[in-house]
Amino acid sequence: MGKRQAMNSTRVSYTLESSLESVNRAEQAAYDIAMKSGFDEEEVGRISMAVREATVNAVLHGNQYDPQKRVTVSFETSPDTLAVSVRDEGKGLNPGIIPDPLAPENLLKESGRGIFLIRAFMDEVRFRNMEPGTEITLIKHVRGVDRDNKEDSK
Amino acid sequence: MTMKASTRQVDGVTIVDLSGRITLGEGSVILRDTVREVVGQGNKKILLNLGDVTYIDSSGIGELVSAFTSVRNQGGELKLLNLTKKVHDLLQITKLYTVFDIRDDEAGAIKSFTK
Repeated sequence: MGKRQAMNSTRVSYTLESSLESVNRAEQAAYDIAMKSGFDEEEVGRISMAVREATVNAVLHGNQYDPQKRVTVSFETSPDTLAVSVRDEGKGLNPGIIPDPLAPENLLKESGRGIFLIRAFMDEVRFRNMEPGTEITLIKHVRGVDRDNKEDSK
Repeated sequence: MTMKASTRQVDGVTIVDLSGRITLGEGSVILRDTVREVVGQGNKKILLNLGDVTYIDSSGIGELVSAFTSVRNQGGELKLLNLTKKVHDLLQITKLYTVFDIRDDEAGAIKSFTK
């Protein structure tokens, strides 16, 4: 794990094995960091689930449980934003060809909802082809107005 | 928290009480094996009680869909009972709320199965 701190932002990075245990670790780290970043409980749940889904994709579809390949999960926090990057060392992903899980023909499919949920739960989602591998960056903004209101009501 | 599943029979309906996390790995496997076993015993009216399910991920959602379709393909019915807000929201976002028959009262759910 590495940690770097700038003036107003902190970056923590985890290099993880391609295993289900890593998925749980990434989810727990996301939960802890989101809590500290000022998100409410519902948002924390959504963020940690999005990170879980991204890490599942990296372990399962990207690295395909290959013990030689690693998953890197990085968290960058600033006063108003949490950015999480999940990178695998797999063959790469074309986000443009992911089927819509809400389409009638896909509704009863067993899989294919992970990226849809990530997009539903985060404010911004970006994909980067890393050759090898894919990096997905998930961004969530702290709701400043809500925070101010909560403080006002104390 | 790992997932647990137990089954009971009420008026010809098999109720599967689930608790914990239905996620990729153990949780999804327990759900799959339990539903397979219940169907294998010839039960065709299955009610999944999700009241104590604290968390579900996309793999868990997929497992619910798989259970629903496999029971239906064998001429049975699978319904859901006691969704927590989190699970309710997930099924709404994924449009599966319209697919499943979702109930919040056990007695009413049991009566709703085809006689």
